[in-house]
Amino acid sequence: MDLQGFGHLLISGAWVTLQLALCSLAVGLIFGLLGASAKVSSSRILRAIGNGYTLFVRGMPELLLVLTIFFGASAVLMGIASQFGYDEYIELSPFVAGVTALSIAFGAYATEVFRSALQEIPKGQKEAAVALGMTQFQTFKRVTLPQVWRIALPGLGNLFLVLLKDTALVSVIGLNELMRQAAVAVGYTKEPFTFYLAAACVYLLLTSISMAGLYYLERFANRGYQGARS
Amino acid sequence: MNWDWTVIWENIPKLMDGALLTLELVFFSGLIGVLLAVPLGLLRVSDNIWVRAFPYAYIFFFRGTPLLIQIFLVYYGASQFEWVKESSLWPILREPYWCAVITFGLHTAAYIAELLRGAIQSIPRGEIEAAKALGMSYPKMLQRITLPRAFGIMMPSYGNEVILMLKGSALASTITLLDLTGMARTIIARTYTPLEIFLAAGVMYLMISALIIFIFRLLERYFNRHQHWPNEKPKGLDSQLLSKD
Repeated sequence: MDLQGFGHLLISGAWVTLQLALCSLAVGLIFGLLGASAKVSSSRILRAIGNGYTLFVRGMPELLLVLTIFFGASAVLMGIASQFGYDEYIELSPFVAGVTALSIAFGAYATEVFRSALQEIPKGQKEAAVALGMTQFQTFKRVTLPQVWRIALPGLGNLFLVLLKDTALVSVIGLNELMRQAAVAVGYTKEPFTFYLAAACVYLLLTSISMAGLYYLERFANRGYQGARS
Repeated sequence: MNWDWTVIWENIPKLMDGALLTLELVFFSGLIGVLLAVPLGLLRVSDNIWVRAFPYAYIFFFRGTPLLIQIFLVYYGASQFEWVKESSLWPILREPYWCAVITFGLHTAAYIAELLRGAIQSIPRGEIEAAKALGMSYPKMLQRITLPRAFGIMMPSYGNEVILMLKGSALASTITLLDLTGMARTIIARTYTPLEIFLAAGVMYLMISALIIFIFRLLERYFNRHQHWPNEKPKGLDSQLLSKD
């Protein structure tokens, strides 16, 4: 495959793609944990918010979400800012808009994964933690979270692979990630097939590396359970 | 910031046109997807590693790369080769509509084939053995036992896949098609009311998903009707079987 000196462009794009995916993963995990806590909480309002969040975001195309955040969020932010007397023009950078949109989408699916994982943890463990005098936050940190992590890992791994592919959508709003750099190279060389295929190969490489990484993470998370089964 | 309801009402007919194109894309790509996925899935469960290799590579490629790249590869990529432009396929590959249908079909086929593989492998072994013991040929067994059972098992996850495809079909707007997302983008380019129109489009996607979920409930009930027996008796059954109880 002759890349005509555009290889470094694809590599820099892949680096931005990776940054985008990892940032969205970090923020999305927080959204997911918040959403799951809202869904299993005893407050009816919080449950309704959690349900509305997952229903709406999971039924909406990711591309539409990216576009809504990029074009719509500045209107909302300017509306809020003008309440405080700030009337300058506010614009989200494509990277921030991309991270916001992808993490909201990731968070909605992660909410479901975390929720089912939370329900798998035996109630007695929580009661034991309360009996030992732990606060709610301590219980969550010491008892619930380490186990949720183990149960949720396969589901989250799949979601990360989806997220990695969804980063390509952010090219639509002009972030210089892998997909857009490939399009730039196509603009110069007029060889769309070559460069999109090259970009596809980079995505395949990224997914393969993530899959290998997830395999080892899962093995690490399940290290306490391996001996007992065999 | 002021919310403008009238711009939503005025543009609902246009959004409906877009939604119709979205539904069309999902339907045709789903059809192509299932037709391709059946042979792919059957090859994928083969015992022979060389038979398994092609569907494996196919599924790996289509599940490991973004749909956006696949659609660009077909729409822009095909024009790189002179022999494609000279072939009789060019009138089809020139049209964004057919490019979208082909790409979505190929894409969803990979996912359905993987679902089908899981479903075929989870058919109870005894049912296949019983079919063989009755002397059914391989095609007969596929037609009567393997495929109907596999479809019943995979129907719930296939419903999810159709919804994912519905969401993926928004990418058709990147190759100039006026589907629901594309229509919303053109309206916004004129009115500059991004929040209102995008949210209206989002609600329409939500309603289409609800419709798809409902249809798949019915399909699931149809394919798994043996589980509802004897509350609902299958039609066209031998009358001697019915009079037993």
